[in-house]
Order: sequence, then C-alpha cells, then structure tokens
Amino acid sequence: MAHKKHDAHGSQDFISKYVFSVDHKVIGLQYLITSLLFLLFGFILLMILRWQLAYPGQPIPLIGRLLSDNLAPGGVLSPTFYNALGAMHGTIMIFLGVVPLGVGAFGNYILPLQIGAPDMAFPRLNMMSYWVYLPGGMLMLLSFFLPGGAAQSGWTSYPPLSVINPGQTVWLLAMLLIITSSLLGSINFLVTALNMRAPGMSLWRMPVFVWAQLVTAVLLLLAFPPLQAAAILQFMDRVAGTSFYLPANLVVFGETVRAAGGGLPLLWQHLFWFLAHPEVYVLILPAMGIVAEIIAANTRKPIFGYKEIVGAMIFLGGMSFVVWAHHMFVSGMSPKLSNFFLITTMIISVPSVALLTCLIFSLRGGSIRFTTPMLFALAFLPLFGIGGLTGLPLGLSTTDIYLHDTYYVIGHFHYVVVTGSIIALMGGVYHWFPKWFGRRMDDFWGKVHFWGSVICMNGVFFPMFIQGLSGVQRRLYDPTAQLHNLPTQPLNIVSSVFAWLLFVAQIPFIWNFFYSMFKGKKTEENPWKATTLEWACPSPPPHGNFEKTPHVYRGPYEYSVPGHKNDWTPQHVEA
Amino acid sequence: MEQASNYGWSLPVAASTFAKDIDFGINIIHVAMFAIFILWGIYFTYMLVKYRHKEGVPARYKHGGVLWSFVPDIVVLVFELTLIFLYAIPSWSRIKMSVPPAGKSLVLEVVAEQFAWSIHYPGPDGKFGRKDPKLVNASNVLGLDPHDPAAKDDIVTVNELHIPVGKPTVFNLTSKDVIHSFFVPEFRIKQDAMPGMRVPVWFEPTMAGKFEIGCAQLCGFGHALMRGDVFVHSPEEFEAWLSEQKPALPQTS
Ligand code: HEM
Ligand SMILES: [Cu+2]
Ligand SMILES: [Cu+2]
Repeated sequence: MAHKKHDAHGSQDFISKYVFSVDHKVIGLQYLITSLLFLLFGFILLMILRWQLAYPGQPIPLIGRLLSDNLAPGGVLSPTFYNALGAMHGTIMIFLGVVPLGVGAFGNYILPLQIGAPDMAFPRLNMMSYWVYLPGGMLMLLSFFLPGGAAQSGWTSYPPLSVINPGQTVWLLAMLLIITSSLLGSINFLVTALNMRAPGMSLWRMPVFVWAQLVTAVLLLLAFPPLQAAAILQFMDRVAGTSFYLPANLVVFGETVRAAGGGLPLLWQHLFWFLAHPEVYVLILPAMGIVAEIIAANTRKPIFGYKEIVGAMIFLGGMSFVVWAHHMFVSGMSPKLSNFFLITTMIISVPSVALLTCLIFSLRGGSIRFTTPMLFALAFLPLFGIGGLTGLPLGLSTTDIYLHDTYYVIGHFHYVVVTGSIIALMGGVYHWFPKWFGRRMDDFWGKVHFWGSVICMNGVFFPMFIQGLSGVQRRLYDPTAQLHNLPTQPLNIVSSVFAWLLFVAQIPFIWNFFYSMFKGKKTEENPWKATTLEWACPSPPPHGNFEKTPHVYRGPYEYSVPGHKNDWTPQHVEA
Repeated sequence: MEQASNYGWSLPVAASTFAKDIDFGINIIHVAMFAIFILWGIYFTYMLVKYRHKEGVPARYKHGGVLWSFVPDIVVLVFELTLIFLYAIPSWSRIKMSVPPAGKSLVLEVVAEQFAWSIHYPGPDGKFGRKDPKLVNASNVLGLDPHDPAAKDDIVTVNELHIPVGKPTVFNLTSKDVIHSFFVPEFRIKQDAMPGMRVPVWFEPTMAGKFEIGCAQLCGFGHALMRGDVFVHSPEEFEAWLSEQKPALPQTS
C-alpha cells in the first residue's frame, strides 16, 4: 500500500507536496491562486462601492438585501461600511493582491528557474513566508465579521482617525503578519539570486526579470521594517494607552480623549510613506521585468539597452527612498522641506522614462508576434505612460496643492497599478502558464479577455482625471453632497458601468485559467522559443527543476543571432 | 452670483490671487503631457505596423545607436528642470512661504472637527481670546475662556467663512480631533488641519460671491457631509456683516 517515498527533498505525501511544500514552484502556485483570489475579492468590494458612487442613496440591487442592517440599512450602503470597503479594497489590492502576485507568485516560481537553481536558498523560510501571508490575509478578511467591522481609515491609516476608529486593531495585527511574510520572502530572494546562480550566469547575464526581483527584494527589506515598527506603535496607541501619534488635548465628539501625551500625527505619515512610496515600485518593478521578458521573446531580437534598463531599475529603487514626502506637501510639514522632495521626485521620473524608452526601442527592427501575452505587454507601454505622466502634476508641489486627495490621484494611481502592474501580470500569466502546467491557455479567449479588460479599464479610470480636475475629493461616501462635485456626477455612472463590465471581462479569464489547467492543449518545453533558462527544463519542472545543472554561455536575449540556424539561441546551449 | 456656475467639467472658476499660478502649472503640464503622449503614440503605432512579423523577414540582431535612446531622457530632464526652477519653486514660495503681514490682512483662526468648520474672529478688540479644550461644550464649541477679557467680544461662526474681497485672509488652521483638510476649489487652496499643530494659511479672494469649503482628508463617516461656505463680500458689506455679529460667549457683565 501507499508507503511514503523519501528523496533528497523530504517526504512527498499530499500534505507536504501541496500544502506545506518547500518546493518554490508549489509555493509560487499557492501564491498565484491565493493572490488572484484576493484580487478578485478586492475588486468585488469595489463594485459594491461603485454602486453608491453612481447612484448615491439607492438600495444596492441583489447584494443589498444580503447585507446585514448595520452595514446597509434597507440595502443602502452605510457611510461606515463605505469607508470600510474603501480601506479594505486598498489594503487587499496592494498587500494581499498585487505584491504577492508579482513577488510571491512570479518571483518564487520564475526566479530560481531563470538563474538555473534547483530551489530557493531557504526552502523552509519560503514555505513559512506563504504560511504567514495566508493567515495574515484571512485575518484581514475576518475583520469584516467582527463587531466593529473592518478598518475604516483608508489604507494609509492616518492617526488620530485610525486610533479612534473601530476595526483597526485587527488590521494592524494582520499587517504585522503580512509584513513579516514579505521580509522573509525578500531575504530569500536576495540570497538566492546572489548565491545560487548556475555556473556561467554572471550578474550581467541575468534576465531583466531577475534584476527586477532583486531590486524589489532590496526595497522590501529596507522599507518594511520602519512600517513594522510604526504599526506596532499604532497598535500600542490603540490598546496600551500610549500616544505616539496622538497630540495632547484631543476632543472627539465633545469628549476629551484619554491619551494626552503629546504625540505627533505627522510622525506616522513620515514612517508610513517611507515604506509606501518604495512600495509603489514593488508593485511596478516585477511588472516591468515581465514586460521585458515578453517583449524580448515576441520581437525575436535582443532587448534594447539591457544594461540601461538594469541601471535604471537600480537607480529607481535607490531614489524611491528619498521622495516619500511628496505625499505630504499639504500635510502641515514645513513648506521649506518641499523643494527637496519636489526635486527628487522629478529626478525619479527620468529612469522611468529611460525604461519605457528602452522597451519601445526594443520593438524597432523586430519581427513582432502579436501573441496574447505580447498584447498585454504592449498595452502596458502607453497605459503605464499615462500613469507616469499624470504623476508629474502631483509631483510638482504647487499643482499638487490643488490635485492632492482628489480623484486625479485615484486616476493616476490606478493607471500605474491596474493598467500598469495588473496588465503586465496578466500577460505574465499567459506567458508562463505553459511552464506552470505544461498546457496552453486558449488564445481566442485570451484575446477576448485582453480587449475587454483594456477597454473597460480606461473607461473606469480615465473619467477620474476629469473629476479630479474639477475638484472632486476622494473617499466621498456621497459625491452629491457637495455642490462642486455635481457637474461631473454623470462620470461616476460611466466609471461604475465600466467597472461592472470589467468584471464581466474577467470571466473568460477565470474560465480559461481553470479549464486550460486540466484540459488545455499540451505544450512542449519551450513553446515560445525563448532563450532564458526556465524554458530549458520540462513543463512543469520536476522537484529539483533541472535534470542536470545547466551551464550558461551567453546573455539572456540572444535572438536572431546572425549565422545561427534558429532565431533563438538559448543561454545554456553551447555555441 | 450663482455659485453652481463656478463648477464644470474642468478647473472651477479661479477666484484667488494664486489660483492663476496653480492653473498655469496644471495647464502647461497637461499640454506637454498630451504632446508627449501623442508623439510617443505615433512612434509606437508606426513601430508595431512596420515591424510586425512577416514571413521570411528576420529580426535585426544589432541595435541602432544606443546613444539616441538618451535623447528622450534628456529632453524630459530639461523640461522638468525648467518646470522646477522657473515655475514650481518660485510659485511655491509665493503661495506657501510668504504669508502677508498682519497689518494688511484679515487674521482669523479656523478649527476643524468631525464634521464642521468653526471660524474664530477676534472681535472689535482685535485680540483672540484664550481657548482651552477642557471648556469645550455644545454652547462653547471652541472652548473660549470666559475669564479672559480678550475672549469676551470674540465671534465664532460655524461652516460660514465671511471675508472681504481683495484683502489677504490669513488664518491658523487646526483641528480638535482628527486630520481634516481645508479645501476651497475656487481658491485652489488646500491644507490639512492637523490636531496638535497650527498651520498658517493664507489666500486673497479676487471675486465676490459664494464658494464652497470641502474637506479633502478622510475624517470619519461624515467626511462627505463636511462642508461649509465662504462668503466673499465687498469691504463695506463685510464691515456691516461683522458689526451685526453677536459675541460667542454669553455676556455676563
Ligand atoms: C481593477 C479594478 C479597480 C477599481 C475599479 C478600483 C477603483 C477604486 C476606486 C473608485 C477607489 C476610490 C474609493 C474612494 O474614493 O472611496 C479606489 C481606491 C483605491 N484603490 Fe482601487 N480599484 C481597482 C483596482 C485596484 C488595484 C489593483 C489596486 C492596488 C494595487 C488598488 C488600490 C487602491 C487604493 C490603495 C485605493 C485608496 C484606498 C483608500 O482611499 O484608502 N485598486 N479604487
Ligand atoms: Cu473633515
Ligand atoms: Cu473629511
């Protein structure tokens, strides 16, 4: 009968193979499925919220009746629940969705393969990082069911509001777990990329994706500890009566607040943005890495300016630590500090331009194949461009006075993370799916998904720029309560309708994903005819990845080398 | 003047001296952004059409001049440096760094709370009375100290800011409870109200009429409802309004 098979990597029964696995590939897939589910959930929260924005005060159809009376009396969203939906949407999308997808899923699965390693440097640590992330995420969701409800103070959790609002204690505990998970992951990534490269894989032969993950890992490692500390202080303010962030003499609804210690709300903002600004690059760098991989494979030519791209990523990562206070131009921080942050913020846009320039120049002289992943990668370029450009008026201190905390910010930010990060990550799913499951996703439905998503995303987010310019503030439960928001109210309806259509456009993807996992067309090892090492092992790769450690002879993107028989020359093939 | 006509599908009416400063920046950046995007888009489309896969046409292995790729970076850098040094830093110092002197301006205090704005006028004696949070109650929203002689004539309005046109208004902005943000779209003014801090703010209205104060920082369940009005009067009207106001504290002697 079933006797356990032991090998060098430990026992392989169901639990240790699929649940508490130490294999980076299984962990990567665990992250993949979990983070996609969180993304879907965070998106569903927003669809409820968008009803209130489009039709304020009217009962939500269908879902309204399912919600309890303290959340939505008579089916109408309550303001506190609105705030909870907003805060949880932001938190879930960033910390439980996009980062775990870009780093936990793609990084974990692809990075060791691309450097020719058998696994991550610390497989158990790797397992632990997932098993800290999942409970953190569950705890976050659980907070919806607690008496006070979920956190309601925005994903930025500015005190004093966050200290007096319900829901925040559990939010903080969950964040502590999630941050710990990222820290464990980032150490693992660093050590793996630096120490476990196959022979011949010099730093300058690493694929752009590996570089992107490496820079991301450094950002996570350096930026998260301050937030970890800051979150502990906020936790103490809530439960232990300290007042790190509470100034003296607070009067809340006529009651003097107990803690009168004389803390500083601005302190939280500095600590928070010192993390949260680099975090934006954590959201975008893996996406850029993926785009570079897809473009190289689908233009059939070496990527343009490989070293320039890598240099720009490193520079971007470094600079991201000295721009945080551009989120605080009108916070009450000394206006003298603003010029420094204004200048650093403007400088950081130069490497972003360099990255985009290299990626578009890569198209020149290529033989472009419009595969499904390539469509996503191509859409990334102009749309991320819009996200980047609209950052300019927010980075200039003077124009930010007006645009700060309006829908312009929401528009800018979502162009970066949705039509930027998410589009690229979707492309990555189509690109690497054959490697993960040995099968292909259906191309037709992939294209339906692509066009549906791209059109709807613009429909959701573009109107926000117009709303922002006309002065609509963000986080407004009732956008009709103020006169200056009325003229653009029709745009809220446009935006909401597109958000619901965007959901419909995801259905082909969800179906395609699970159907193809079991029933998709079988593929060979290297269906895209790509050059990097992950395509040199079987699909899906066995435990331990490579039958024999590959030797690396050349750079990552040797396509269409003159005189070679094929238009791709893999890294591990000798001459 | 009809207030609703101040707003539309783009920037509201510009009703303060520095609104034009800010609009100039917003407009110039948007024109530049649009131009960059269109040029870039044309090039992008051209690349996609010209280099689409054609049977028998291999991709080029060598890249053209790498140095050329630095041109966009340098163009952007020069454009940004110009914006920084010719526009952003000078306009920032005009708007945020130079508060008009007390003699030439109307001086006030503005205190935010969930979910209202209280405006504190010094009254005829020109002196602000002492405020003590311990004295705050329903009839004394700012906690004015009745034992301070300077407080006796002070005037407090809630959600109504009355000011004269053409004179800088300077106020210290603070909050009793959480962070709020004082936002009047027509004046292009926005400043967080921080509990425990007093942030000096100024603006000079250039138009008489009624304008809207919104709160731009999430401050709790009533955030969307937290609004007020600014009434910009002619100087005579303003004096008349001021003289009609009753002191905030009950008069004992
Ligand atoms: C794809 C569908 C998405 C839609 C339709 C959407 C829509 C919105 C809207 C309308 C708001 C403003 C809520 C308010 O003002 O009260 C918002 C806030 C936000 N969104 Fe999204 N979003 C999407 C995806 C994402 C993703 C992928 C991320 C992050 C990676 C994200 C991060 C955020 C954040 C951080 C906020 C601010 C939350 C806060 O105010 O605390 N969103 N989103
Ligand atoms: Cu407020
Ligand atoms: Cu507010």
